[in-house]
Amino acid sequence: MSNLKTALDHGLTEKEYKKIVDTLGREPNITELGILAAMWSEHCSYKSSRIHLRKFPTTGEVVIQGPGENAGIIDIGDGQCAVFKMESHNHPSFIEPYQGAATGVGGILRDIFTMGARPIAILDSLRFGDPSLPKTKYLVGGVVSGIAGYGNCIGIPTVGGEVYFDECYNGNPLVNVFALGITKNDEIFRGYATGVGNPVIYVGSKTGRDGIHGAVMASETFTKEAEEKRPAVQVGDPFTEKLLLEACLELFKTGVVVGIQDMGAAGLTSSSTEMAERAGTGIRIDIEKVPRREESMTPYEVMLSESQERMLMVLEKGKEDISEKIFRKWGLDFSVIGEVTDTGKLIIAENGKAVAEIPISLISEEAPIYDRPYAEPAYIKESRGFDPSSIPVPKDMNGVFMKLLSSPTLSDKRWIWEQYDYMVRTNTVVLPGSDAAVVRIKGTKKALAMTVNCNPTYCYLDPYTGGAIAVAESARNLACSGALPLAVTDCLNFGSPEEPGVMWQFKRAIEGISEAAVRLNTPVVSGNVSFYNQTGRSAVYPTPTIGMVGLITDVEKHITQWFKDDGDIIVLLGETREELGGSEYMKQVHGIVAGDPPRLDLEAESNLVRALLEASDRGILKSAHDLSEGGIALSLAESCFTPENTFGITVELSGAIRGDALLFSESQARALVSLDDKNAGILKTITESNNVPMSVIGRVGGTGFLIKGLIDVPVSEARRAWAAGFESNLKSYAKA
Amino acid sequence: MYKFGVIVFPGSNCDHDSYHVIKHVMGQDCEFVWHEDTNLGRFDCIIIPGGFSYGDYLRTGAIASLSPIMESVEKFASRGGPVLGTCNGFQILVEAGLLPGVLIRNSSLRFVCRWVNIRVENNKTAFTGNLKQGEVLRIPVAHGEGSYYFSEDALKALEENSQVVFRYCDGEGNMTSESNPNGSIGNIAGICSKAGNVLGMMPHPERCSESILGGADGKLIFESVISWLGFGKKTKSMA
Repeated sequence: MSNLKTALDHGLTEKEYKKIVDTLGREPNITELGILAAMWSEHCSYKSSRIHLRKFPTTGEVVIQGPGENAGIIDIGDGQCAVFKMESHNHPSFIEPYQGAATGVGGILRDIFTMGARPIAILDSLRFGDPSLPKTKYLVGGVVSGIAGYGNCIGIPTVGGEVYFDECYNGNPLVNVFALGITKNDEIFRGYATGVGNPVIYVGSKTGRDGIHGAVMASETFTKEAEEKRPAVQVGDPFTEKLLLEACLELFKTGVVVGIQDMGAAGLTSSSTEMAERAGTGIRIDIEKVPRREESMTPYEVMLSESQERMLMVLEKGKEDISEKIFRKWGLDFSVIGEVTDTGKLIIAENGKAVAEIPISLISEEAPIYDRPYAEPAYIKESRGFDPSSIPVPKDMNGVFMKLLSSPTLSDKRWIWEQYDYMVRTNTVVLPGSDAAVVRIKGTKKALAMTVNCNPTYCYLDPYTGGAIAVAESARNLACSGALPLAVTDCLNFGSPEEPGVMWQFKRAIEGISEAAVRLNTPVVSGNVSFYNQTGRSAVYPTPTIGMVGLITDVEKHITQWFKDDGDIIVLLGETREELGGSEYMKQVHGIVAGDPPRLDLEAESNLVRALLEASDRGILKSAHDLSEGGIALSLAESCFTPENTFGITVELSGAIRGDALLFSESQARALVSLDDKNAGILKTITESNNVPMSVIGRVGGTGFLIKGLIDVPVSEARRAWAAGFESNLKSYAKA
Repeated sequence: MYKFGVIVFPGSNCDHDSYHVIKHVMGQDCEFVWHEDTNLGRFDCIIIPGGFSYGDYLRTGAIASLSPIMESVEKFASRGGPVLGTCNGFQILVEAGLLPGVLIRNSSLRFVCRWVNIRVENNKTAFTGNLKQGEVLRIPVAHGEGSYYFSEDALKALEENSQVVFRYCDGEGNMTSESNPNGSIGNIAGICSKAGNVLGMMPHPERCSESILGGADGKLIFESVISWLGFGKKTKSMA
């Protein structure tokens, strides 16, 4: 086993290496080793997650394509479908924030248009460490401008997202990007290398030495030497991707494409083997025909490069000219680099001489699958024991409120989203900042609503409930926009699967997500797992980000979270309980992350969604806003701070619970709506028939933010604190 | 019905948006024109849309301005044909010398996408005839390099020729530094050629021509050029 050391350096275990030698009946050469190590990496093989991911509900009336393809697809009526997925680019973004985040956008967009869909929206879910650290400021600035630099240039709007700050992300920020595209049900393309003898085509940018080992890097715990891996981060070229997008969409119309796949992680290696695997065929690649940026690249480097903006296609034999013409028009490389075979093998030849020969089955179906040991981590018991009622109720509730308003996670994120072109393509109906992004579909009355969510504090304290809440909150967000929740994509960010505590978090979160997805009828159609989000022994909080898509059948009936008119009544739907464990209030004001997260009642959630949809269909709601972090006080404030105006309110909260819980409890299954007095009766009928508690708590109007006996501040002052909070935390970077 | 041409450079990305408004909102005839096509004879009006032509890799608009089609655009304009350049289209017109001045990096050094207000300074151009002098339009901007700059003297000449068409302002029409999203000199948001048939502007009228998108003031600009074309055709036929 003379190559064992090389194998270990590639991230393979001794046992895995032995399996390779046994199956091949010989030692692999360096090219074969590189290919197998990349494909067997956690990032590409899902070897630790696969057995758990099987628990997800993945079928349903609307599902056209579930997990396993480049992206998931759902039916949205009228012969149209939505193609969407979310992916992480965490490790690269820590090492080189601008390019890491930019190529994250590029990668997910290719996953969408490779399926024949024109991408129409991007959302991002970002997690950073302590905002007072210079490193955090640097990362925020770099990641935001990277997303903006790529998305704006390619002309796809970034329409929404979320941002969280917590010390657990100090050494490992999370950059999750969601993208969605639209196509027709009968114009979907998939990654199949079918038809023996069909040509295998390479299109897009040339291959360079960038990003070699990206997949392996994403499958390792960070060490102090991470900075040395900078060359493993790819460099994005949004202009080329724009050309590739237009060229691919133009080519799809010609009907000559048999199969297509983006060259993402592990580049040419993963695209070729996955396409052959799905089709049950083999592939031969003449490596010298791959367009290159630099001379004297070895087959190993060419196969493992993660240069961006490249696609692999299989065309109908004899139709190469049609497609070459289109790619030349757009100034892109086009090369026939091999063909589909019936050998069941990936064969790489260099000038006619085989330099690698591996059975496809060894790369894919025989890839290791691990049922890793899991165990409840010790901290769980300790934090469960915490009783929030032991904390004294603060006297100065105005001060507490202002502090929460200006805290990094809850304050206005305008500084971020104004750097994104959120309007290009002229479909954006709801500006960033409301519960969900709403994007109309031209030529129809329809619109799609999209949201991304995860409360990592809840997931840390109780991954099952936290995972389920991420789904429930997403559904609430959509219903508050007037959209029927349809399906889910996920991005599961966790620490090292080799730690039983992390594996336990992972397993529990998946179980929670699955339960909620079943009960809310939102199957999981695509997703991504990102393990090893830790530096040394310190892992990030479990962060299973949920992206959810919903349908609004009449775009004119969409709702935003913002109050519309003075004099409207404000109504609380749902019940406020004394649930302060895991709340932003406990964390920001008392510095405590402990206790149980709020209880989740999926029946109540489903009732609330139904009631909101009925009310929005009747057209009686002027605003609707989900209640989440910061509780009712923060949600009221967010509804007051509209893009054009600032509304005052007079509210009275009642309940036999302590004042801080009335204001800041994060009880689930709640929403705030505003409406004209005259429609209160209709709302009452709707909520009663759906078994949703309803209470009129106050009225829009005035210049004060008044919650009787608890908070009384001028609303303009509150807005200033909220608007300045984020930027003042990051000012030193912004001005640098 | 008039025929509009929307020029497509590699990297244009507001081409579909402009096409949509002309065709489906304004009900006019519209066609995409690939940048290698140099025959513009069939068009009544040319639109150079926003985006990142050639990735804006050298300098915004610089590479596109050398494209073969720009000579045809110049000829089209010199014969009095109306040409509208928005955002990157404005940058291209400036680089090609069809409009004076330069557009430099925003003073914030960041890309900015937001709704702004602009005041109509000249309602005698091909694109502003249906607007009132001093009227305030609510319209979005989205750019990283939209700060208009020109030397003081040249600016004076520009103003004397009434070539300043739009200025950033607050909701009441007051020019303030807070209402200027990019640091443009004199709050300039759009300028025209001496003859008034070529208009370049950083804001995006095609993004606010339908009320479902939050405002429809941009439609007034497209309506203006349609009226202007009608007036032109009428006088021609009368002559």
